[in-house]
Amino acid sequence: MQDWETVIGLEVHVALLTKSKLFCGCSTEYGAAPNSQTCPVCLGHPGGLPVLNEQALEYAIKAGLALNCRINYSCKFDRKQYFYPDMAKNYQISQDDQPLCSQGYVDLDVEGERKRIRINRAHLEEDAGKLTHEGDLVGAPSSLVDSNRCGVPLLEIVTEPDISSPAEARLFLNKLWNIIRYTGVSDCKMEEGSMRCDANISLRPRGSQGLGTKTELKNLNSFRAVERGLAFEAERQARLLAAGERVLQETRLWDVEAGVTRGMRSKEGAHDYRYFPEPNLPPLSLDAAWLERVSQTMPELPAAREERFIRELGLSPYDAEVLVAAREVADYFEEVLQHFSGAKAAANWVMGELLGRLKKDGLEIADCPVSPQHLANLLALQEKGQISSKMAKGVFEEMFNTGKDPKAIVKEKGLVQITDVDALKAVVDKVLSANPQSVEDYKGGKDRAFGFLVGQVMKETRGRANPQLVTKLLKERL
Amino acid sequence: MELWQQPAHKLQKLLSEGEIGARELTVAHLKRLREVEPQIQSFITLTEEAALRQAAQIDERREAGEKMPPLSGIPMALKDNFCVQGLPTTCGSKMLKDYVAVYDATVQRRLRRAGAVLLGKTNMDEFAMGSTTEYSAYHISKNPWDTGRVPGGSSGGSAAAVAAGEVTFTLGTDTGGSIRQPAAFCGIVGLKPTYGRVSRSGVMAYASSLDQVGPLTRDVTDAALLLNVISGQDPLDSTTAPEDVPDYGKFLRRDVAGLRIGVPREYFRGAEEGVAAAVYGGIKLLEKRGAVVEETSLLSPDYCSNAYYIIAAAEASSNLACIDGVRYGYRAQADNLQDMYLESRGLLGPEVRRRIILGTYVLSGDAYKTYYLQAQRVRTLVREDFNKAWERYDLLITPTSPTTAPEIGAGIGGPLNLYPRDDYNVSANLAGLPALSLPCGLSQGLPVGMQLIGKPFAEGLLLQVAYSLEQETEYHKVLPDVVTADSEGVV
Repeated sequence: MQDWETVIGLEVHVALLTKSKLFCGCSTEYGAAPNSQTCPVCLGHPGGLPVLNEQALEYAIKAGLALNCRINYSCKFDRKQYFYPDMAKNYQISQDDQPLCSQGYVDLDVEGERKRIRINRAHLEEDAGKLTHEGDLVGAPSSLVDSNRCGVPLLEIVTEPDISSPAEARLFLNKLWNIIRYTGVSDCKMEEGSMRCDANISLRPRGSQGLGTKTELKNLNSFRAVERGLAFEAERQARLLAAGERVLQETRLWDVEAGVTRGMRSKEGAHDYRYFPEPNLPPLSLDAAWLERVSQTMPELPAAREERFIRELGLSPYDAEVLVAAREVADYFEEVLQHFSGAKAAANWVMGELLGRLKKDGLEIADCPVSPQHLANLLALQEKGQISSKMAKGVFEEMFNTGKDPKAIVKEKGLVQITDVDALKAVVDKVLSANPQSVEDYKGGKDRAFGFLVGQVMKETRGRANPQLVTKLLKERL
Repeated sequence: MELWQQPAHKLQKLLSEGEIGARELTVAHLKRLREVEPQIQSFITLTEEAALRQAAQIDERREAGEKMPPLSGIPMALKDNFCVQGLPTTCGSKMLKDYVAVYDATVQRRLRRAGAVLLGKTNMDEFAMGSTTEYSAYHISKNPWDTGRVPGGSSGGSAAAVAAGEVTFTLGTDTGGSIRQPAAFCGIVGLKPTYGRVSRSGVMAYASSLDQVGPLTRDVTDAALLLNVISGQDPLDSTTAPEDVPDYGKFLRRDVAGLRIGVPREYFRGAEEGVAAAVYGGIKLLEKRGAVVEETSLLSPDYCSNAYYIIAAAEASSNLACIDGVRYGYRAQADNLQDMYLESRGLLGPEVRRRIILGTYVLSGDAYKTYYLQAQRVRTLVREDFNKAWERYDLLITPTSPTTAPEIGAGIGGPLNLYPRDDYNVSANLAGLPALSLPCGLSQGLPVGMQLIGKPFAEGLLLQVAYSLEQETEYHKVLPDVVTADSEGVV
């Protein structure tokens, strides 16, 4: 393997979150009864004509801008033709030689170094329907067609072959996932198929510039599958090349169960899609003013947000990166800051307790029972010294389980920290007189005895005593 | 004069003045239809009951004092490639023999709202590919002027039905002359509007960049009336134009003084003597009324024809891919998907298969450059050629077809012989221009059509000139004498 360099390019499809389909008014909602969201246009009935969904165009442009692409003012749609029952028209409306977006890039942080992955193009196209085969695909006695997905808007994002390892491919996908989700144009759910990835991979002798024969991997249904599939394929190709054999140009399917890729169809007799301009849609000519308005609705993207967190909030680069890595987490964090001004403390809580607790229950932040406002309240209680950090953790657990406001929990349980000096003095005196041996030990130089005495005070006050105050009072008395 | 002989604008008057009722009018046409249909065979589907019901409702509404829309009670028919919800829409193909449309074409919605009464769906060459109706999978329609001859095509049923008095008007589609040529052969008016003037939504596509819907009528006034109803932008068809729709009736005046008319000599070279004579005769009349006529030159129709057949076939091969038997239409029983496709689509007729194969080829591999792109370049030249002409002329006049209606069977067996017959028509489709065919005389007892070609959205001017000429002649009043069957008094 060390003799070879891996060259990977990805083709990623993301489904755009429009309410209706790309070329008709049918709903795009996921999970409806089969064929309940169809019409003469997406079912290819005689006389059905496509009408472009402007929202999809806007979303595609937003994604293109987020990927640093050039937006092509003039572009067109083409028909990509092949017979298959998942597409009633037997052609897909896509973009061939004039994509909407081209020449973008995504910057990755690869082992501390910035690495740029170039985006060749991002174009709009319609999705196909879903086939369900009775038994195996080959020799299935019948197949069922669900056309609900037929016509859902997709953005196909194609990278240059700039990715050098399976891990880097995964890193890229994570970054792409995050960027697209920041724009809000897709939910990018691999499990629901709203994000799909095909990968092209080839090997070349280390240091050489040419490209080897590539294979295309399909059926990569998760980021992990992309990484594993590519790793398997890199090994397989290396073994072939080392043995002096030839890599066959073909499409291969990743078998997640067996952990292997299997040849599906040879690319040698490559399919001729007979592209030609879609005559039912006039060429697009984008209005500069409209495009400007769209670009002004662009949300802040991860890189800019990360920088702002460091610059304005004083977070460490590491904290900023972790918080920004998922839009919802950063949104949550910023909402906490609306009600509480300690950015560092808030960051620690969100990254530590909150994400840890969510992970424990397998929850997403969207389902978090603790509202940002409540978390801010908790942080405020702690900051004001009304509760100790240890108490705060207990209160947080209660908040997580009940969804209650920490103020209410603290009140209900009488958890307010004792900061009254006279009251604490009494407790301290009581503890000292009850533990003469420890007092002796401390005076004899055993520091551990001091900790024991603090613990006794906390026990007496059921943890409510202000720890700093306890320390101070004990030191005075001893 | 019988009711079935009258144009819509006259019937409209009789109806609104209460002289006749809509039901009475429908009954009169149905009676005529039954008499002549055995000879003419214009129709694939008849909708007598629905028509009578619709007509009765119109009478009720009128009696109740409602203000009635412009075509209320006028009997009409649609070419069988227009979708009408709940009715068979066969496109002249066995593949769609049992296909029932699931929605209305936009133009049908507009016609129904305007009160037109649908008597049925008319015959056509399969998927509009042909120029005689001989490629209909059902039957050949006959020319009412001579039932041994074809009515033209592909909207042959639509033209024959109007000429025979079965209905007052019809709609057809014109991809390369399919409205104008049958209108010429049957001695009626046929108008192909500017590309984008009329919605194609709900009309089975042949070649989407060339197809246009238009009326076939008894006279020019009816064409204006119909164009008023069917024109205009449609949110369901992205290629419809935002241009305002004028009241085309306002253009119906006799004045043509000072209009500059170009007569391209290339469009007369292959024309029969009688055809050329009749067209020149019409041109003379316009000249007499003050039009400035000049002979001119355009790109040879041969170039247009070659480009047309490549582009139309390319688009057709794609448009007809949906006719695969998977979701609708005929499906053969087969053991696997490939055989299912092959055996189902084997039901397509020879001309349709020929054009699909041609179209598939010209989009494949290197042929894309040598044929498809080359044809698109020619298309650009054709447009530029016309643009140059518009610098000098307001409109161009040619024969609609080089010949009058040929005898049935004359062209079959040799598609290459049949194709050039479209020659004078396809240039207007390639350039997206409005073109109208007007009866301008007879040649050996058969109607001759004059083609008027105008600038984009100059339908008004075409109607004006056609109207002016129509006022000078009686050709639109001459009706063919169809020998009727012994079926009197059936209705």
